[in-house]
Amino acid sequence: MFALPALATLAAAGGFYAMLSGMRRGSFDPRGVPSALVGRPVPEFALAPLPGWDKPGLSSADIAATARARPVLVNFWASWCVPCLVEHPQFMRYAAEGIPVFGINYHTGTQTDPGATAWLRRHGDPFARIGIDITGRVAVDFGVYGVPETYIVDRTGIIRWRMAGPITPEIDAEQVRPLLRSLS
Amino acid sequence: MRALLLALLLAAAPALAIPAKAIVDPREMLPDPAQEERARAIGKELRCLVCQNQSIDDSNAGLARDLRRIVRERVAAGDSNEQVIAFVTDRYGDYVRLTPPLNAVTVALWASPAIVLAFGALAVLAFYRRRRAIAPPPPLTEEERARLARLSAE
Repeated sequence: MFALPALATLAAAGGFYAMLSGMRRGSFDPRGVPSALVGRPVPEFALAPLPGWDKPGLSSADIAATARARPVLVNFWASWCVPCLVEHPQFMRYAAEGIPVFGINYHTGTQTDPGATAWLRRHGDPFARIGIDITGRVAVDFGVYGVPETYIVDRTGIIRWRMAGPITPEIDAEQVRPLLRSLS
Repeated sequence: MRALLLALLLAAAPALAIPAKAIVDPREMLPDPAQEERARAIGKELRCLVCQNQSIDDSNAGLARDLRRIVRERVAAGDSNEQVIAFVTDRYGDYVRLTPPLNAVTVALWASPAIVLAFGALAVLAFYRRRRAIAPPPPLTEEERARLARLSAE
């Protein structure tokens, strides 16, 4: 009876310790929102190409067709998004290794992301295809809440992984690579 | 007195709070006022995932605006409030709802007030039990009473 408060405090301390150490390791993100899309097929969509940029647009059929051969990365990005620039070298590396990377340019508003072509020219274009999501409709269908967000689609067209935020070298080594290996 | 005043002020705070002005752009609004009213009510139930502690109806974030537009599209298309919320929950999970549904994951959340109350009741019970356990002191003897009278007379 009198040990109860002590036990409760100990349990709470244990919980907080687990949370804090998870934050340090990166396995726990207090602001993270679990994705409802993991384990589900890619939502249906067809997006126009980026104007003034020599890459085709992107549809769910394109993702399915490419994914049949090997797992695909789908990346939501924008030219005004600073963390997108942080993860950009990672995507250039994937593209150089022949991993298919599809881009969806996310620009909530009523017009195209005005800096997109200049951004790609300056930093390089890792995307095999780029679709522009002007109304943010496709982003909502994917459950995106901010750029950058990345999804990995397996060979049956099912979303297997989602990352909200930049893919850092740690996340690449600990999560992306092992998953790509197991899915190929 | 000051504590009482503070308590009264705190109790009245919800009534005194200035209602937050929604940021809905007039251009976003539905022409039918009844439908707009419903879209507003739904928007207040949905979390803006960028700011996380605001509803999409209160938030100025781009995602909140996109979600408001989708809510209005669904309402105009004849969806019920539940259908619209299900549409968004289907994509963003239960976290997007500001009133979480009761299920296996949220049962601890919903039960937490009862658990805290139970702990409080246990503590109160323990307190009274302990108080009863301590026997009252034996009455003063004749000698002690006489000594006390002498001392208070001095």
